[in-house]
Amino acid sequence: MQSYADIAKGDVLLSVKDVSLSFGGVKAIQGVSFDIRKGEVRAIIGPNGAGKTSMLNVINGFYHPQAGEIMFKGIRRPKMKPYEAASGGIARTFQNVALFKGMTTLDNIMAGRSLKMNVGLFWQMLRFGPAEREEVIHRRRVEEIIDFLEIQAIRKTPVGKLPYGLQKRVELGRALAMEPELLLLDEPMAGMNLEEKEDMCRFILDVREQFGTTIALIEHDMGVVMDLSDRVVVLDYGRKIADGVPDVVKADKTVIDAYLGVAH
Amino acid sequence: MFYREAGQFKTSYETDHATFPIRQDQIGIALILIAAVALPFVSSSFAMQTVMLPSLALVVAVIGLNILTGYTGLISLGSAGFMGVGAYACYKLTTLFPEVNILVWILCSGFFSAAIGVFFGLPSLRIKGLYLAVATLAAQFFLQWAFVRIPWLYNYNPSGAIEVPLRYLPFTEIAITGPTASLEVKYLVLLAFVVVLTWVGSNLMRGRIGRSFMAVRDMDIAAQLMGIRLLDAKLMAFAISSFYCGVSGALFVFIYLGGAEAGTEFSIRLSFLMLFAVIIGGLGSMIGSFLGAFFIVALPTILKFGAPAIGIAITGATAEKIVFMTIGALTIYLLIVEPHGLARLWQIAKQKLRAWPFPY
Ligand SMILES: Nc1ncnc2c1ncn2[C@@H]1O[C@H](COP(=O)(O)OP(=O)(O)O)[C@@H](O)[C@H]1O
Ligand SMILES: [Mg+2]
Repeated sequence: MQSYADIAKGDVLLSVKDVSLSFGGVKAIQGVSFDIRKGEVRAIIGPNGAGKTSMLNVINGFYHPQAGEIMFKGIRRPKMKPYEAASGGIARTFQNVALFKGMTTLDNIMAGRSLKMNVGLFWQMLRFGPAEREEVIHRRRVEEIIDFLEIQAIRKTPVGKLPYGLQKRVELGRALAMEPELLLLDEPMAGMNLEEKEDMCRFILDVREQFGTTIALIEHDMGVVMDLSDRVVVLDYGRKIADGVPDVVKADKTVIDAYLGVAH
Repeated sequence: MFYREAGQFKTSYETDHATFPIRQDQIGIALILIAAVALPFVSSSFAMQTVMLPSLALVVAVIGLNILTGYTGLISLGSAGFMGVGAYACYKLTTLFPEVNILVWILCSGFFSAAIGVFFGLPSLRIKGLYLAVATLAAQFFLQWAFVRIPWLYNYNPSGAIEVPLRYLPFTEIAITGPTASLEVKYLVLLAFVVVLTWVGSNLMRGRIGRSFMAVRDMDIAAQLMGIRLLDAKLMAFAISSFYCGVSGALFVFIYLGGAEAGTEFSIRLSFLMLFAVIIGGLGSMIGSFLGAFFIVALPTILKFGAPAIGIAITGATAEKIVFMTIGALTIYLLIVEPHGLARLWQIAKQKLRAWPFPY
């Protein structure tokens, strides 16, 4: 794991400045700023309804904030569309698994390679020549990911038939297939048993280790957050209430109050 | 015992994603193709004319609609309209440029209906499900209206019908359209179109484009995050689907019917039948498209002529009603219980064959 000093020196990959987002009367995010540095695991925590998922949705272009700005790789990104975020190198998983249910594990992860595949209609009709070669090249990469996540046995299973824990793993695989620079994980361990959680933790750390991917992670389990993350940002009722290394955040009075539900 | 992949290890990804990775499948498909080519020489001309020709012509449209509805999740009630576009386009092209071979024009007519399909597919970016069904229904009614009201389309024939001219196989004197074309030739031409278009469709659906269609169908939000542009994918699906419908319409009129008033031929009734064929055959399945098309074509014939043959007296009108009730009931049943339709039965049969002769 990198030390805090290393990260503090590192380049900022993404920064969020004074972002506010509301749905009608509901203020989901209010003037939140933070940054994510290259190579770190950045946790976003907070009670239910704090605006964590909304924040990820802002980062990958599903929602456009009413105020504030997002800088990614040093470039301002106003009104970014989801596929622009994708081609810019942002991948994510969803709180409620959003896999392609009717497709096999293999096809789901292959779909993650869509942006990297560009052989046109003509060759694809023939499934020959360039189309065949491209398919094989990407299949090879996808098989590496399948090996990495240890899901060889379910390669040809439609994902709708898989248990929840495995679905989460396939979804991680699909995001990894995009070879993202920034990987957003929305509660990757929610609803898992202890063993599955441990596996997932290991995968997340390995991803960072092997691919050097920067990771932003939403998680409820404080133990997991403390183990995995380099820095933590805490949201509550759409506002940022703390930001820093896990040990400091854990001891913060406002954070403890928010988690214990003290009126404020 | 005889049908299994055991012992056939795939040593490369090329062979693993080949069209028919299992040897028994390869042998099976070869046998089916041989049988299909031999069929007109052994089958009665009645069966050819009432079942085989229309089934083959319609299979192409059912595959097309399956690409749109089964693979991409976009419902359409306009497929008969798009078939009509193909038929009229082919008619105009072959009468304006008779020196170009009819086979070329049949294929080209697909591009005309693809263009019309893309146009009427534009609303699909904003609307889904029932609303899209209504929008495509509007397309159907508009096109049907155009087929009747624009006499230029049927060359101002007083009958208002497409009069299919005599056309030959390239470089030969063998008629493929018109009154003198033989059943065998018509059948083999249809078969050739079906084989090629099925092969192309299956290639497309197993590659990047097919995956992007299915991704849009299963979870459009996540599809966008894979960098798939919804508008591009949906319009592409409309284009490919309508292309197939257009070619099917041209084949249907020029080769099977030999002439048609498209105002009545390409009606909403046919649009519904196509949709039922897709659902009965199996959403998102090539084999299913075949099973569905044959089912909806063969069922009325079997009832009308088969039932009297075994001593059950039913009138044509009764048979018609029974057909509609059966198809309707089956569609609803399958929608609720088995969206993979008849194609699922096929898979179960293969599963059983794998274990045979052991029960498990
Ligand atoms: N699409 C939406 N429409 C209306 N309100 C929303 C929408 N998405 C989120 N919200 C509201 O925004 C707030 C933050 O939600 P969310 O970001 O999902 O929280 P978290 O992920 O931290 O639990 C909640 O009050 C939620 O009801
Ligand atoms: Mg959430």
